[in-house]
Amino acid sequence: MPSDIWLSLYIIILALFIGYEVIVRVPVILHTPLMSGSNFIHGIVLIGGIYALGYATTVVEQVIGFLAVVMGSLNVTGGFRVTQRMLSMFTKRKGQAEHDRPH
Amino acid sequence: MIDLIDPVYLLTVVFFIIALERMGRPNTAYSGIVWAGLAMALSVAVTFLLPGISNLGLILLGIVIGSSIGWYFSSRVAMVNMPQMVAIFNGMGAGAAASIASIELLAGGGQGPNALFAMAGSITGCISTTGSIVAFMKLQSIMRQSPLVFAWQQAANILILILTLGFSVAFILYQQSASIIVVFLLLDILFSLLYGFLMALPIGGADMPVIIAFFNSITGIAVALDGYSLSNYAMIVAGILVGTSGIILTLAMAKAMNRSLVNVIFGSFGRVKEGTGAAAGNLKTLGTEDAAIMLSYSDKVIVVPGFGMASAQAQFLVKDLMDALSKRGVRVYFAIHPVAGRMPGHMNVLLAEAGVPYELLLDLDSSNRELENADVAFLK
Repeated sequence: MPSDIWLSLYIIILALFIGYEVIVRVPVILHTPLMSGSNFIHGIVLIGGIYALGYATTVVEQVIGFLAVVMGSLNVTGGFRVTQRMLSMFTKRKGQAEHDRPH
Repeated sequence: MIDLIDPVYLLTVVFFIIALERMGRPNTAYSGIVWAGLAMALSVAVTFLLPGISNLGLILLGIVIGSSIGWYFSSRVAMVNMPQMVAIFNGMGAGAAASIASIELLAGGGQGPNALFAMAGSITGCISTTGSIVAFMKLQSIMRQSPLVFAWQQAANILILILTLGFSVAFILYQQSASIIVVFLLLDILFSLLYGFLMALPIGGADMPVIIAFFNSITGIAVALDGYSLSNYAMIVAGILVGTSGIILTLAMAKAMNRSLVNVIFGSFGRVKEGTGAAAGNLKTLGTEDAAIMLSYSDKVIVVPGFGMASAQAQFLVKDLMDALSKRGVRVYFAIHPVAGRMPGHMNVLLAEAGVPYELLLDLDSSNRELENADVAFLK
């Protein structure tokens, strides 16, 4: 229905402005963690994967849907953990930072 | 029970915006990822309540497999290798988006405005998948890191892009035979995967972060397009948020390196001539002892860290040096070039890992000011 597409366009335009306003004044030191954080946020694709697999009827749809769920979960957990590890560098004191050092 | 889904999705979107906002300030940054994580967990959990949903066992199995692999690798990798992890997980998200769009297209057969959005989602998802994987392989040194260029590269890229768009149009317009449009769809997927691959090839070295940020943004757009064809507003808003913020980050990075986004897209990127600024002034070699004396008797020392320090994991030694000098009353600052490390801010993360307070990290403008009255500047 046309009303649906217009509603979506309103939402998209508003989201564009919010995305811009939220990000435009971020200091350079947070660019990499923030990129990683937004990488995590598009992990919401996982719920699309659940839709796709949840309503899959043929074997082909099931296979592709399963792949989508696996890849979506990789995006979610990997994106979360990477961001969380980076940002924890901004909160920890020295002793703890040493402890978290990779071996 | 079904009434729970939409309110939770709405809450998710609000939490994501708050999360991004908090991640933009050093003091609240950590809580940002907590907000986002909480929202994600809620929205995934509530999706299981969809009416008439089946294949629940397969869904759970997929989540368990994906999550354990993702958690395992992202927990083990060293901080210096984080950029390629962002690239690969971005590629995975893009692959998921492309897969979802393909299912929509197969099931829907290319009719209505949904097909247009799903087709766009498939193309952007595929491009971002292979592009991110190439970026990952380059940073991980599985592929040669230097830009890969060949004759007629731009012409080839444009031809592939035209073929991709051509098969998309054919898929949507040609409605006679179901088996032929499947062939169109497969060719379309193949060519958009190839385009993403070719797009990332000519990019190397210090230019990598720009392309990773760019693909991150593209994935966001793919997710938003999928959200449209699934009528899922949480996916639309989250995808657009990432799409916009990703483009702004991309432009900021490109600007810091005097590149234009058009060059990124059309692949002539890596061919821009390397800077050849010759060092002016007198150079003389300095022994370790001389260096130690020079550092300890100066008043103000500015460290200019580069990727050499990061790849040698020397940030901990640099921090020890800073402590030793501070005890002698020397003021130590760190001048951070916007693209030192592998991404803007990557160097700050590495120094923060070693425990350097971020008040001592200077950005480009204040670095240039401070360098004028520093006694010693040393580059790593």
